[in-house]
Order: sequence, then C-alpha cells, then structure tokens
Amino acid sequence: MGLTIKISDIWKEYDGNPVLKDCSVSFEKSGIYVLMGHNGSGKSTFLRICSLLEEPEKGEVNYFSGQELMKKDMGLKRRITLVLPGVGIFNATVSSNMAYGLRIRGLDNKEISERVDRYLDLLGLFHKREQNALTLSSGERQRLGIARAMVIEPDILFLDEPTASVDLGNSEIIEEMILNMKKKGQPTVIITTHDVSQAHRLADSLLTLKEGRIVSYE
Amino acid sequence: MTTIIDSFGKAFFLILNLDRELLGIIFLSIKVSGTALVVATLTGLPIGALLGFKKFSLKGLIISILNTFMGLPPVVVGLFVYLLLSRSGPLGFMGLLYSPTAMIIAQTILAFPIVTSLSHSAIVNVDPVIRQAAMTLGATPSQVSFAIVSEARYGIMSGIIAGFGRVMAEVGAILIVGGNIAGYTRVMTTTIALETDKGNFELALALGIILLTISLIINAVLHLVQKKGMVRKNRWV
Ligand SMILES: Nc1ncnc2c1ncn2[C@@H]1O[C@H](COP(=O)(O)OP(=O)(O)OP(=O)(O)O)[C@@H](O)[C@H]1O
Ligand SMILES: [Mg+2]
Repeated sequence: MGLTIKISDIWKEYDGNPVLKDCSVSFEKSGIYVLMGHNGSGKSTFLRICSLLEEPEKGEVNYFSGQELMKKDMGLKRRITLVLPGVGIFNATVSSNMAYGLRIRGLDNKEISERVDRYLDLLGLFHKREQNALTLSSGERQRLGIARAMVIEPDILFLDEPTASVDLGNSEIIEEMILNMKKKGQPTVIITTHDVSQAHRLADSLLTLKEGRIVSYE
Repeated sequence: MTTIIDSFGKAFFLILNLDRELLGIIFLSIKVSGTALVVATLTGLPIGALLGFKKFSLKGLIISILNTFMGLPPVVVGLFVYLLLSRSGPLGFMGLLYSPTAMIIAQTILAFPIVTSLSHSAIVNVDPVIRQAAMTLGATPSQVSFAIVSEARYGIMSGIIAGFGRVMAEVGAILIVGGNIAGYTRVMTTTIALETDKGNFELALALGIILLTISLIINAVLHLVQKKGMVRKNRWV
C-alpha cells in the first residue's frame, strides 16, 4: 500500500523569523508534484519538514497508509527519502555511497551489490563505481544523489532542485528517470525546481510557495 | 670533531648489527607509547565524539581545558603521576612507580587531550549536510553518529598520529616515573638524555637517529592521511 501525506497548518520559524506560514496541502495521488517559488520562499524548508527531517513549530505532517495513520518511527522514515540540494556525498567510493542506505537496513551483501549495480547503471554511473564520489562532477553528483535515494526503493521521494547547476544533458537524464519512475507507478515524487518548462514537463500537480505560503495548487 | 665522527661510526655499527640492548630499548619505547596511544584513543575518541554531538552546559569549558592540556609540559605530568604513585601517594600501594605501567599511565595522560581534542574538532568540522544525508537515507541516531565519525576519520587519524609523535618524543614524564632502569624501563628518549650525560654518545646517537627516522615516518604517514582527507576540499562546489 502506497503512502499519502497530509500536511496541516505548518508554521516554521528560524530565530523568530517565520519561513513557512500555515501551509496545508495533501499529497494523495501518486505522481509527480512540482514545487516552485522564489529563492528564500521556503521550498527547501518545506521539503525537510515533509520528509520528517525537521519538525515544525506548529501544525502537523501525517502519513497514511490507506486510512491508517502511520506512527512517525524509523519504519516510516525508511519508506521516504529526500535528496538534499548539496546531496551530502560521503568521502567514499560511488558504490559505498550507493550501498549506505541498504547497509543500514541490514540487507545482505549479495542483494546490496545487485541493487547498487542496477541503479548505478540506470543513472549512467556504473563505470564510475570505484571512483571516490567526492571527485564526481556536479551533474554526476546529483545523479548519484538520486540513484542513492532510488536504490532504497522508497514510497515517497523528495528531490530538492535535482537539476540546479546541472547541464542540459544531465537534466534530461534526470527528468527521464523521474518520468520512468512514474510510469512504473512508484514512488510519489515531490520535487522543487526553478525551471518553469521543466516544471510543466514533469508536473501532475504544481504548487507555488510565496513568502512561506502556498499560493497556488493545481 | 673526531669524537663526533667516531661516535657516528659506532652508532651506525650498533644500528646495523641490531644490537640487542638497542633493540630492547626501541621495542619498549614503541610498546609503552603504543599502549598509551591505544588507551588514549579508546577513551579520547568516544569522549571527543560525545563533545561533538551533545550539547551541555560545561562543554565550552571542557574543550578549553582539553586544548590547554594539549600543550601540557611532560615534566609536570611526570611529577603528577609520580606523586600519585610514590609510596606515600594515594596509589602508592600498587607499587607501580618505576615500571613500564607507570610510564604508560603518564603517556596516556599526555596523549589523551590531543586525541580527544583533535577528534572533537574533526567531528565538528564534518559538513552538516552529511548528518542530514544519513538521516534522509534512513539512519537511526546512532547510525547517523557513526556516519559522521566515519566522515571525520582522516582528521581523527591525524589526531592519533600527532599524539603518537608527541609521546614518542617526550622524555620528561617517562624519565620521572620510569627511572630509566636498564633492561626494564629504559626507552629511547630517556637513554639519550642520560647516556649523553655520561658521555656515552654512541648509544645515544644511534637512538637519536632511530628516533628521527621514526619521527620522519610518522610525519610522512600524517601527510598522506591528511592528503587523503583533502579530497573534499578540492572538489567541493
Ligand atoms: N537553518 C536555518 N537557519 C536560519 N534560517 C534558515 C534556515 N534554513 C532556512 N532559513 C531561512 O528560511 C528561508 C527559506 O529558506 P529555504 O531554503 O527554505 O528557501 P528556498 O525556497 O529553498 O530557497 P532557494 O530557492 O534559494 O533554494 C530563507 O530566508 C532562509 O534564510
Ligand atoms: Mg532551496
């Protein structure tokens, strides 16, 4: 059973400055949600809160499996993941970066290497698997971030500006990846971007944040 | 001048012939300093990590004290351990004074602040995005901490190597608590200090050369480790 998200009246502030103001939204259908908004409008903060990385001052983020409200435990957290704008590459090979999420879930080595190779191949990084991941180019780095999240096979995948500072070719690879995931029906993808045409290529639903408020949802 | 050349000749003779006394001294040095370092690492790394991860009120003070203690004069530590272990001291009943154990204790005290403080700073210097990345990938709190420590590994190794360099080279503490007893507590630095005094230059010089070589190796390894840890800085955008 897939997961749905219900976000109600989120309020978030940093050092007394409100960043998100009474945001409410539901992500009920699986598909691709694109979140847009100016720099500083609160998109990244919104994704961190939705993905349970941070807690809001007020309001709630609730996950449902069908009608059942999920407890926000490790079990749930391991079904969702967020690719950060800086990715957060570990000082290790591309393969061990990929394997991280699977290793901490206690999968056996055979399955780990099988899955890692499959997803590296999918994102065109297979030939780089023994390279130190910190030496990748920014486009490769973003692809690794996405591959490292996808290999977990999450129910919900949050992507924070996956194509910022990425060239056209790499952008296309990433977009194609996202559209392919959708074809297979998994996972729900929630993505931020500043690229309007990309937003239209990808979005099933388009949300706009303005100064911490959701001003449109279509 | 001839004495110097003469002494060098004899020193190399000792080294090349793997003189038994010489080997014993080198071995004990490495054993004492190595053990001290292992103990200092086993205690200092977790404490350094704790200081890096937890917020509590006296943290700033503890870190300042540790940083001050990094430059602790070895003779002062020697004196302190001597007072603890001497017959009238609180731990005098253990009869440890003038034993390798006493030397290990003194050197552990010397290495501990270095290992702890450098581990701490390596850990707090890990890019905060690493913590978040581990969390988003489904790490439990302890797995997150482990990921951060793992990311800091080159900095931590530098701290351990720096600690090793310091204890290998110090003479003040182990001389006071070890007493430089031939065949029992005599190590490289104490031998150099005392044999020079007696005009027995060959052994002192031979040990000096070896100590320098070890120090060179330590620094070469340190350089390599630091270079490996630098990958991030070259490429980060
Ligand atoms: N940890 C933090 N501490 C203090 N302020 C923060 C923190 N994180 C975000 N902010 C502030 O919150 C506001 C929203 O930031 P956020 O990163 O969510 O914006 P964004 O919409 O993702 O912008 P961009 O398009 O530039 O990525 C900004 O003004 C930012 O300075
Ligand atoms: Mg952002």
